[in-house]
Amino acid sequence: MIEFLEYHLPVLLIIIPMIAAPLSVLIGNRRIVQWLALTVCWTTFGLALWMVAIVNSSGPVSYELGGWAPPYGIEYRVDQLNSFIIMFVSGLGAIVLTYSPHSLNAEIPQSQHYLFYPMYLLCMTGLMGICVTGDLFNVFVFLEISSLSTYALISLGRTRRAPLAAFQYLIMGTIGATFLLIGIGLLYQMTGTLNMADIAAHLENQRQINDGQWAGSRTMLVAFAFLTVGLCIKMAVFPLHSWLPNAYAYAPSVVTAFVAATATKVSVYAFIRIVFGIFTPRFAFELLPLDTALWSFSLVGIFMASIAAIFQQDIKRRLAYSSIAQIGYMLLGISMANNDGLSAGIVHMFNHALIKGGLFMVVGCFVLRLGSVHLDDWKGAARTMPWTSLAWVLGGLGLIGVPVTCGFISKWLLLTAALHNNLYSVAILMLISSLLAVIYIWQVVEVLYFCEPSEKAKQATEAPMLMLVTTYVVVGANIVFGVWTTYSAGLAAKAAKALLEGGSP
Amino acid sequence: MTLDEVLGLYNYWVVICLMMTGFYIVIARKNMIKTVIGLNIFQTSVVLLYITMGKVTGGTAPIIPPETFAHQNDHHGLVHETASDAVDEGTLETVDEGASEAIHQSAELIYSNPLPSVLMLTAIVVGIATTALALALIVRIGEDYGTVEEDEIQVIDRNERRNNEYHK
Repeated sequence: MIEFLEYHLPVLLIIIPMIAAPLSVLIGNRRIVQWLALTVCWTTFGLALWMVAIVNSSGPVSYELGGWAPPYGIEYRVDQLNSFIIMFVSGLGAIVLTYSPHSLNAEIPQSQHYLFYPMYLLCMTGLMGICVTGDLFNVFVFLEISSLSTYALISLGRTRRAPLAAFQYLIMGTIGATFLLIGIGLLYQMTGTLNMADIAAHLENQRQINDGQWAGSRTMLVAFAFLTVGLCIKMAVFPLHSWLPNAYAYAPSVVTAFVAATATKVSVYAFIRIVFGIFTPRFAFELLPLDTALWSFSLVGIFMASIAAIFQQDIKRRLAYSSIAQIGYMLLGISMANNDGLSAGIVHMFNHALIKGGLFMVVGCFVLRLGSVHLDDWKGAARTMPWTSLAWVLGGLGLIGVPVTCGFISKWLLLTAALHNNLYSVAILMLISSLLAVIYIWQVVEVLYFCEPSEKAKQATEAPMLMLVTTYVVVGANIVFGVWTTYSAGLAAKAAKALLEGGSP
Repeated sequence: MTLDEVLGLYNYWVVICLMMTGFYIVIARKNMIKTVIGLNIFQTSVVLLYITMGKVTGGTAPIIPPETFAHQNDHHGLVHETASDAVDEGTLETVDEGASEAIHQSAELIYSNPLPSVLMLTAIVVGIATTALALALIVRIGEDYGTVEEDEIQVIDRNERRNNEYHK
């Protein structure tokens, strides 16, 4: 039994939430569905932890879907990098769902709850699928599964702007996904295969036959351009970020916490996989100036988004802009294309998922009690909601990158990587940009602690126990992984090393 | 590039024209329904790109002709059986002749690549799901705002915001 489970582990991560989703629509009972979804999410997280353990002890796992051997069959392949991503994505998915009941009751009509859970599970399916699969076309399919369910989840928001935000995201997201599809098509045309490792091997073969010249390099350039731009839309890299603030601001709090913590990170993962696993850094960074392009866009994005965040009165929107800035840090690390930079980028994916997940969960608590995300309504809320406010402070310190929080670890690694690469200007700009984070977090802290309570804040009570405990688990994890770095940073460093050495996944 | 080369790539020209048409509609049109139509055209162009890439000149559909299949299974008995199953007794003679001809040609038979078409079946399903979701969202937006023109909605939103600030 155990062996059977172990053998089918990669596909179980996807299949379990995928089957549970239609099942819960059929069941249709709110309570049963809620328990089903919770069980499924925690099971997935358990399996993901198991997966990490297996990969760490015995190396990458390859699974042939339906028993068809790759490259003709679809291969699921789990190595250090994606097992790490699977672990934190499923973990945050499970904990946000545990946190959700009170917030959902307040923000979504109860009659629609049994439809919320299937969407959530489908989104999990898609995100897991993108990570696990070793087949390029599968990436597209899973990306669309997760995106379509995200659009539906966002449209559940209370105001009429929510469907509008979902629609705008849908248009942008579909353009991105279609770009990805074009890129995949062109790659298939070049190599005749969809298996990532096989594509990489073909490209390398052709290159060696042609004396180091990239074969048919124009088609490859076009394919690479389409894939990069498509994924940049999904990642919300600075000039292509316009869908993100509205989508995060108008979605229900639970959805925002889940999507902000996971979706963009998984897109970053797909990007890393395509750049390092298929095209190789030599093509992306030496033949093409992707590194310069990425870090200039990242830096501009970090500054523009952080400055924009300072002026947002809507706190969800403020954090949404901060998310755009944080994506910039991840790409900054990736664009350095060496061991230090890449592992800093990967570690920041993990840390930022914890930080932003935690902060949006805090926002959810305030929204439940104050009924508002407007800065003015939060005035003095620390007197009636001390624990929730403290969670904001802790999460905020993580975002700024104060020592002893995990934000510090990723900033520190990024900084040392930048200094190692003699990118002094980048390092200085990064430090300055952290000050902007201090401003937009501190404004909220100041409003919470040092203002006369608003009408709403006077009547507020502390958030429900369940929400507080789950929020503190995530915020606490911020600090745990800020002190005990061997796990997060160690895994990330191993993943980066495997990526750079192996080339292909 | 000579004229022949340009014409020889005609499938790509069609794809690019459709793609840019669709993309332009998505960007330029403020009516949401039209945006969705543009998106559909954009996606269809990609379907064409894949389908044409799978086509091999002179290739047929990747289905083994029944005659060849029967021949591979057994020599004569099976050919007669399947042939008479499929066709009227009267034309048995001609079918038999056709079958042997097909067997003769089977070595030279070229098939088109079926995989891109199969991939596009999936992509079409995804496209339909996207369109359905987009239209459902438009219905809700239309109910809430009373319009599906994006610039009108922006005006409504801006007025609403101004009113809120005024009341404060």
